[in-house]
Amino acid sequence: MSKLYASGFRLLLVACSLWLVACSSCFAQPISSTELINNTKQYDDKAVVYKGEVIGDVMRRGNYAWINVNDGENAIGIWLPANLTKEIAYTGSYRSIGDEIEITGVFHRACPEHAGDLDIHAQVMRKIDSGRLIQDKLNTSKRNQAIVLLGILALVWILTLFKHK
Amino acid sequence: MVLKPRLQDLKIIGFYLGKIILGLAFTMLIPILIGRLFGEVNPILDFSISVTVTLIFGLVLTKLCFTDKDLNWMQGMIVVSLSWLAAMLFGAIPLYLSGHWKSYLDACFDAMSGFATTGLTLVQGLDHLSYAHNLWRHLIMFIGGQGIVIIAISLFVRGFAGAFKMYVGEARDERILPNVVHTARFIWMVSITYLVLGTLALGTVALFCGMRPQNAFFHGACIFMAAFDTGGFAPQSQNILYYHSLFFEIVTIAIMVLGAINFKLHYHIWMGNRREILKNIETVALFVSAMITFGIVAVGLTQIGAYPKALMLFRKGFYQLISGHTGTGFMTIYAAQFINEWNHLALVGIICAMALGGAVCSTTGAIKMLRVGIIFKALKEDLKRIMLSERAIVAEKFHHIKTVFLEDKQVKSALLITLAYLVLYGLGSIVGMFFGYPFLDSLFESTSAAANVGLSCGITNTSMPAALKLTYIFQMWAGRLEFMSVFTLIGFLVAAIRGK
Repeated sequence: MSKLYASGFRLLLVACSLWLVACSSCFAQPISSTELINNTKQYDDKAVVYKGEVIGDVMRRGNYAWINVNDGENAIGIWLPANLTKEIAYTGSYRSIGDEIEITGVFHRACPEHAGDLDIHAQVMRKIDSGRLIQDKLNTSKRNQAIVLLGILALVWILTLFKHK
Repeated sequence: MVLKPRLQDLKIIGFYLGKIILGLAFTMLIPILIGRLFGEVNPILDFSISVTVTLIFGLVLTKLCFTDKDLNWMQGMIVVSLSWLAAMLFGAIPLYLSGHWKSYLDACFDAMSGFATTGLTLVQGLDHLSYAHNLWRHLIMFIGGQGIVIIAISLFVRGFAGAFKMYVGEARDERILPNVVHTARFIWMVSITYLVLGTLALGTVALFCGMRPQNAFFHGACIFMAAFDTGGFAPQSQNILYYHSLFFEIVTIAIMVLGAINFKLHYHIWMGNRREILKNIETVALFVSAMITFGIVAVGLTQIGAYPKALMLFRKGFYQLISGHTGTGFMTIYAAQFINEWNHLALVGIICAMALGGAVCSTTGAIKMLRVGIIFKALKEDLKRIMLSERAIVAEKFHHIKTVFLEDKQVKSALLITLAYLVLYGLGSIVGMFFGYPFLDSLFESTSAAANVGLSCGITNTSMPAALKLTYIFQMWAGRLEFMSVFTLIGFLVAAIRGK
């Protein structure tokens, strides 16, 4: 029985050690882009969690793809297997709010595979919130201002015609 | 005795300023067309308001100050300096109305940065900006790069002598063709030809990068305008890093270098005189200074092992260097990385490159290669005088389109402008330090603003003090116009107050 306890204790010790090692090289809480960019050496080659809105284009490069994810402070390039991008329905632009995703992957200060780019190589991608199209509703206040100004312009133009004569 | 300006002076200045404002109003129709094409309702309204306001001011000025008299030198210089301020104030209206700039001052900052082809920006949420506004940001670089006055000369002017005075006032000392109107039209012809070719090249690369066709060619056009006019704005917040593409970077390097070359040299290359590239003092000086400053940057970056592979050094070190040297300001790193990861030696290399700039009569800012070449030749001549016998006749020559003997007048002019730039770089650094920024950061940002570059180490952001924003606006304006028209305006204001 005591042998069983001893081996159990050893197993627990090994598990705890592994967990500690894992914790030291992986940051389970999402990290902001500013934190990553300002402390590149601290996070270099470490597993990080990063979340934000997908913006611009999903740029496929063979079996992989580049997406750019903006967390409201900065956008960071994410290199990920192309099949993961199938989940992305909306990307941020004037017309739409992009999908909000959470990336777990390895952060690189100067990625050796991508000639020194600061990027994250994603291993896991999770869609947190779906994006949507934005309705470009007519701003009536701006419309009224434009009409009034056009009226003034017409008046000035007519007056200048008289002055010219 | 200082003479007070006459009412006639004000009328002539007002009339030509009004014409330039009218020209600016017509350029705002282009974003309206783009907004229409992409079905953007509110951006069209923003530009409609801006066009109307600009037209009203232009019409009122031209009619109130109507004259058929030509400009003299002083009036020409003042028209130029005021038209750049007017362009900033009117060009900022659509930006501010978009809601992506926190204040009208921030919008003015970006408008001046655009017109002066600097590239420093205070925009918020750029990744959600409309096509119309994004095009305007890049179009103002295209307009500013060729010269705001060049538009007016090309469109509204029929060869009057005052056109040349405004042309010179806009920091262009060389006429490519005997007639200044033909020169202005040639500059536009070169720029539009390159615009078509550059957009196709960049759009195709962007397409291969995986972008949607609509975005690929829109970005191609925008990036071309910012690269050829050595501006530095980009449609996305990550600037060139957004594309993650070596080929895209190589094409932008080629366009930036084309933009940094003298339009007169472009003319000679177009006319088949290709050997001029190898002989011209400006291209030689640009090549030598780019190599020297890149050497400094490379040593600095190697010391700290920031980019251990050659390709990394090229895409991060050389790219920022050539972007700084040509006065463009495109970045493939984040602003904070300059300060956090680059050592002082590498930063000094970039600052030197930014301070030197490209060719005269190009779209770049800063001291410029012709002046650097002339100063070097003058130094060589003086050294020869000391080393050789007193009876020896020492005469230094340089080749700029044709071979000419170095004259004291040229050396004096080159030294004066160089000194003015150094003072301007220093002035901005002192203001930066006054607000608590470290010396090197302040010098970096100040040089970037005054040399119309646009690389940033992070000082430029919406939370920086308003006085610093105004300082950078002044630096961008004075640096772009190369001082003479700004000094003339200051003198005119002094005369208006103290004159008799």
